[in-house]
Amino acid sequence: MQYLPNTFFVIALISGLSFFVMNIRKIFRNINLGKSIDRTDNKSERWKNMIKIALGQSKMVRRPFSGFLHIVVYLGFVIINIEVLEIIIDGILGTHRIFQGFIGAGFYAFLIGTFEILAAFVFIAVILFWTRRNIANIKRFLSSEMKGWPKMDGNIILYFEMVLMTLFLVMNATDTPFQNAGIGNPVSQFIAPLFDGFSLEALHVIERTAWWIHILGILVFLNYLFYSKHLHILLAFPNTFFANLNVKGQFNNLESVTKEVKLMMDPDADPYAAPLEGEEEEVPEKFGASDVLDLNKMQLLNAYTCTECGRCTSACPANLTGKKLSPRKIMMDTRDRLEEVGRNIDTNGGVFKDDGKQLLNDYISPEELWACTSCNACVEECPINIDPLSIIIDMRRYLVMEESAAPQELNAMMSNIENNGAPWQYNQQDRLNWVNEE
Amino acid sequence: MMAQGKQPEVLFWVGAAGSYDDRAKKISRAFVKILHEANVDFAVLGTEESSTGDAAKRAGNEFLFQMQAMMNIEVLNGYEVKKIVTCDPHSFNTFKNEYPSLGGKYEVFHHTQFIQNLISEGRLKIDESALQGKRVTFHDPCYLGRGNDVYESPRDLIRRLGVNLTEMKRNKKTALCCGAGGAQMFKDAEAGDKEVNILRTEDALETKPDIIATGCPYCNTMMTDGIKFKEKEAEVVVKDIAELIAEANNL
Repeated sequence: MQYLPNTFFVIALISGLSFFVMNIRKIFRNINLGKSIDRTDNKSERWKNMIKIALGQSKMVRRPFSGFLHIVVYLGFVIINIEVLEIIIDGILGTHRIFQGFIGAGFYAFLIGTFEILAAFVFIAVILFWTRRNIANIKRFLSSEMKGWPKMDGNIILYFEMVLMTLFLVMNATDTPFQNAGIGNPVSQFIAPLFDGFSLEALHVIERTAWWIHILGILVFLNYLFYSKHLHILLAFPNTFFANLNVKGQFNNLESVTKEVKLMMDPDADPYAAPLEGEEEEVPEKFGASDVLDLNKMQLLNAYTCTECGRCTSACPANLTGKKLSPRKIMMDTRDRLEEVGRNIDTNGGVFKDDGKQLLNDYISPEELWACTSCNACVEECPINIDPLSIIIDMRRYLVMEESAAPQELNAMMSNIENNGAPWQYNQQDRLNWVNEE
Repeated sequence: MMAQGKQPEVLFWVGAAGSYDDRAKKISRAFVKILHEANVDFAVLGTEESSTGDAAKRAGNEFLFQMQAMMNIEVLNGYEVKKIVTCDPHSFNTFKNEYPSLGGKYEVFHHTQFIQNLISEGRLKIDESALQGKRVTFHDPCYLGRGNDVYESPRDLIRRLGVNLTEMKRNKKTALCCGAGGAQMFKDAEAGDKEVNILRTEDALETKPDIIATGCPYCNTMMTDGIKFKEKEAEVVVKDIAELIAEANNL
């Protein structure tokens, strides 16, 4: 019976971690459904970006208030995790505050004291976040794509954090020897009086309960990530590492198109030529994207990384002027569809069975896609370098090149370019007339 | 010029707007005056110039873009063009970033960068008395600013005009689009509660400007329309930086 708690702890820990790993593998599998894209060049620049943007939060603080609150929660999260390490070791070995013996009472008190202060700050920051989401009428939290589950998801994460921080402080406040020592308890000493008059026995039970719920809560939260928008705490790192390093104005040139255009412009090419012997007749590649499988791996990683903060949408000229387009919704739709495709693969024994649905129309409408001005405000705004614009452009490419479904006026513009080398209907022979007019 | 075996210093890519749009033609002429003033030996392609394909690419027509690009590259390489300057940030961006991998490698300048170089080489001076004291706000073209991180060249030129440069609340990295990009110039906007150019014009008007300066013919159109919509034509003018310099130097 003596080892019952340890055994239970190890079982909980292992199942929590395995379930998490299983789900993470599913995410990797889904991301790998995307097309390959080489983002391994210029490693030093990539490390720099990751350290600056993900680790250093440099883009978060462009909006000072939410940026500051985020840094508080982020630092709290990272630093308090040192304490989780101790909790795990204690849980496995059945010890109590094992680090204390190793690092000395003074330094230990300093560490726990720091954690307590951070926990209190995190608690306050999370309350403010909750207020911003639910009371402050901030436009980007009220958009139509934030109704229902996304809104609840955001709140659940905040409740999790409130509860975990409270449990951590309660656990310290009811740890009688710890309180009696009187150091390392800058916050919990003010919570301890709430338990005045409790017997030592009762205090111990409360302390143990808080300790257990706290660590089990962390394991549950870890697994909740997979179902929530909160994966950014992990994926922000690869996402910033693999982000596009070119200037934002540069759009990729589709190689499949280059091949065809070169063939068309080559006077020696024989359009009816049979494929060379031994050369497989290629299935022509689809131009652009109508579903998640047409997107590249980084675009899919972007979708899982998005935490739906909506800074992109709040800077989007189309959205600001009441159009349907919301770059955040583009990312949310991409993820929702990708998860649907993933579930489809799971239930069909590892292969995707056509479900008659796709990202285009079933999730993202042409009206949204055509409202984009390609201004890159969304890409610039994203605190972790997500690129909604590239998805919009790939879907436009599908609409135009596979479906010939551009708006009428754009078709006119394009046939003008084809016929007279300008988006308007002017004669190319008049191109130099401006010189002599005044 | 080619026939005489001479190479101009730079090719001025006029662009469709600069060639055909009445408002933008004035920008082309102003820039040419500046080039003359600085004794720049330049050439234009004239009737051999064609669309860069930028608008087609942003609209999703990669085919048409690459056809245009390859035809242009053939012409440009045929003339052994090394340096290109343009008043259009969209052409600038396309030449600079999207042509190289298709075989068109040139040194590409936006006209504000080119003029800045002329000044630093001592070939051009801006008269800072003519427009002194005017309140000027600068609207960042997306494909110059966010697209290529060029924020300072236009501002440097504006400061040299001796004017009072005031920034809009959304500027540089956070500048709001004029509404023309991504081929929007050539179509009606989707249903919404406002036009983008009106919102941007409001940003500009908040700075109480005498002049809204731009560095893009499309932004110029959008902002000019915005000013008309707001019935502020009497108080506020929309001018390209090239026009302001030509005006200041009385060219």
